[in-house]
Amino acid sequence: MNKKQDTRVLGMDQHDLNIFMKRYGIVFVMLGMFVILMFASPNFLKTNNLINILVSVSINGVLALGMVFVITAGGIDLSVGAMLALASTTIGVVLNLTGNNLLACLAAILICGLLGFVNGVLVAKFNMFPFVVTLASQLVIRGLGFVISGGYSFALANPKFSQIGLGKLFPLMPYPVIILLVVFMISYILLHWTKFGRYVYAVGGNINAATASGVNIFWTRTMTFVISGIFAGIAGILMTAKINAAQPNIGVGYETDAIAACVIGGASFAGGVSTIPGTLVGIVIIGLIYNGMNLIGIESYYQTIVKGLLIIGAVMLDMTINKKRG
Amino acid sequence: MMNANETYEHILDCKGVYKSFGGTHALQDVQLQVKKGEVHALLGENGAGKSTLMKIIIGLQKQDAGEIFFEGKPYNANDPAEAIRAGISMIHQELNPEPYLSIAESIFLKREDTFHHTPFLNKKETNRRAVELLKQYNLNMNPKALMESLTLAQMQMIEILKAVSCNARLVIMDEPTSSLDSEETERLFKTIRNLKEQGVTIIYISHRMEEIFQICDSYSVFRDGHFIGTGKVDQISVNELITMMVGRKVENIFPKVDCPAGDVVFKAEGLCGKGFHDISFEVRAGEIVGFSGLVGSGRSETMRAIFGLDPLTSGKMYLNGKEIKIKSPRSAISKGIAMINEDRKNYGLCLFRSIRENISLPNLPARQKGFLLNQRREKNECRVVAKTLTVKMASIESQAYSLSGGNQQKVVIAKWVMASPKLLILDEPTRGVDVGAKSEIHALMSKFASEGMAIIMVSSELPEVMGMSDRILIYHEGRINGEVMRADILNASVNQETILSKEFGGR
Ligand SMILES: Nc1ncnc2c1ncn2[C@@H]1O[C@H](COP(=O)(O)OP(=O)(O)OP(=O)(O)O)[C@@H](O)[C@H]1O
Ligand SMILES: [Mg+2]
Repeated sequence: MNKKQDTRVLGMDQHDLNIFMKRYGIVFVMLGMFVILMFASPNFLKTNNLINILVSVSINGVLALGMVFVITAGGIDLSVGAMLALASTTIGVVLNLTGNNLLACLAAILICGLLGFVNGVLVAKFNMFPFVVTLASQLVIRGLGFVISGGYSFALANPKFSQIGLGKLFPLMPYPVIILLVVFMISYILLHWTKFGRYVYAVGGNINAATASGVNIFWTRTMTFVISGIFAGIAGILMTAKINAAQPNIGVGYETDAIAACVIGGASFAGGVSTIPGTLVGIVIIGLIYNGMNLIGIESYYQTIVKGLLIIGAVMLDMTINKKRG
Repeated sequence: MMNANETYEHILDCKGVYKSFGGTHALQDVQLQVKKGEVHALLGENGAGKSTLMKIIIGLQKQDAGEIFFEGKPYNANDPAEAIRAGISMIHQELNPEPYLSIAESIFLKREDTFHHTPFLNKKETNRRAVELLKQYNLNMNPKALMESLTLAQMQMIEILKAVSCNARLVIMDEPTSSLDSEETERLFKTIRNLKEQGVTIIYISHRMEEIFQICDSYSVFRDGHFIGTGKVDQISVNELITMMVGRKVENIFPKVDCPAGDVVFKAEGLCGKGFHDISFEVRAGEIVGFSGLVGSGRSETMRAIFGLDPLTSGKMYLNGKEIKIKSPRSAISKGIAMINEDRKNYGLCLFRSIRENISLPNLPARQKGFLLNQRREKNECRVVAKTLTVKMASIESQAYSLSGGNQQKVVIAKWVMASPKLLILDEPTRGVDVGAKSEIHALMSKFASEGMAIIMVSSELPEVMGMSDRILIYHEGRINGEVMRADILNASVNQETILSKEFGGR
């Protein structure tokens, strides 16, 4: 009776395979890149290089982990690049006034979180498109950065601040990597293990059904922007420490990499679909693109092109898989 | 019709069709034979594979194995456009209209008239053809009206017009009456008879048994992805059909348990809002109050306003004697009011999230006290309700879109069963649910009532309202136009006709 044609791969039929690839396909892409780079460059597998990759993705990584909350709830946050700059100048100013590193960091996080809250209220309360709101607010935020710094870059009043970027916990683990991992853990718990995370998925998945299920839509959407803002503040701390100066003109275009990491990591622009581990994989893939091309010696102009093509590829993959769901 | 030599016996002949989704075998060695010009009922429980076979026929899905013959020739469609060209159209279980197209544009979508050999649209001609078509089927609609302004029933009619205007010789209707009231259903039946006279063949899927006997000539039954049997409708009884579908006898179609009504739980005084005026009523603990009326008579609008989905313009509400103000579903839920929305796709489910997440969503505040979710407990609790409601699923982690229509409806009910509210509002609770599960849901309602819950049930299915309600409030054009007690129904002083005439505004 069994006339069914068997097109099985690894013991899975077509349908299971689709689901499997949707969930883990991107991990294979990452592993594939590892293998290619291993053969392409003898330096790739050196511990130093691997740690370097993690350090180099830490800023974008923290941004992306905030961004993924916003995207999952069906929004987008274009203002995170500008927030880096505002965080940096805030740190500079507070250090000039007090010399206290902790205070400076808290001030940066607070002000970015506050601006995230404003973004969120504009989106959630007045029902404006997140794209438009954050496209406009990034101008305001960057402008604020210029205003409080007077338009100049300046050195940090406390020389110890740069230790955040350079220091290591054990001889191996640089602080930026540790901070990235801590933010990753926090994000993982928030999105996958709390009520709030569920609400984020529900709001992004079907906002009407979420309303009818008693979810506080306003609060949920607003909080995603607050998280994105706070994480942007943290990323701003890392960036300021890395360049060891307060600069109002940094972070231009950083939102693109953050969004790219989310999309490559499986987040859907339609909302309601994403995972934190997936986003981490997306972050690493972008790091590998930069690192690999540096190792092989490809010019940075081409790096942007490759990254752009990869995002288009990821979105296309996402769409074909979505179509199959019907 | 156009074929000169009609040598085939069946216009549609499916043989040995297989289809599986991962571990779910949706169809196994299924056959379906439909004679030309008949209305053929396709019956089976939720998840039996009816929609899946239909989707294969119109090219939305591919079979794993099996052959299909249409008008005697091997047939295979890769997408719906190809099926339409071959002469097969489908009216889907869930309609997907283009809200901002006009009726005329919608009917002739992708087949627009253009000025002679130019790419420019000739809207006049399109409208003229639409007017002609509407007249032919006695529909009084403006071809320029936007789709979004139509009721579900009207949209369905437009879909049917679309099908016949494509010269379809086989029209598939997947649960076309699930959101229609008795009047609209009657109109649909008229159209079906009209189509039949013109030689169009129809495959008709429905869970409403009485409709099968009104409109269908023959039937085929599926169970769990298997073909069970086929025959003529006039040679079988309802009970025999149900036994074929379910594989066992379903006793007691409406398992209503009478229980004494307690204190007044919910009281509405002079509620006004968009679509309803001056609505006053009360519901007691242990009471099931049915709301009957035509679609669009304002019942759902009233419920939406009570639940906080739409604003009230005036009126007062009391819960357990205390006045309450409800501004959002969230405040309604926190006070102990729950509502199952009639529109499961828009207000019921997050289709791309798991069944578990969907069921637990409204229950998180009450059941998960800590900061971290207790996912194991959640999983167990969700499994239990899903099982009570006989949801047919691969796993509790499957995404909701992978369920059949009726099983999605059961998940929506499961969401609120878990909440055990004081007042439960059910708007078309058994839409698209099969006979067995329907009686399961009704039994559950009885059980809740006997535990002291107050229940409001809105339904367009008169037998359901009459079978389950302690009291029926009848809506007409946004006002309550009469009240019927269960005793009157039991002693037959009130029947379907009495209620219908009140729905139409009679005294
Ligand atoms: N895209 C899909 N992915 C996974 N499983 C699916 C998918 N579509 C259908 N199924 C499964 O196939 C089976 C048959 O579903 P189908 O929709 O054909 O049922 P049905 O007979 O139309 O039921 P209903 O009366 O509830 O509409 C179900 O068990 C369903 O869960
Ligand atoms: Mg179906």
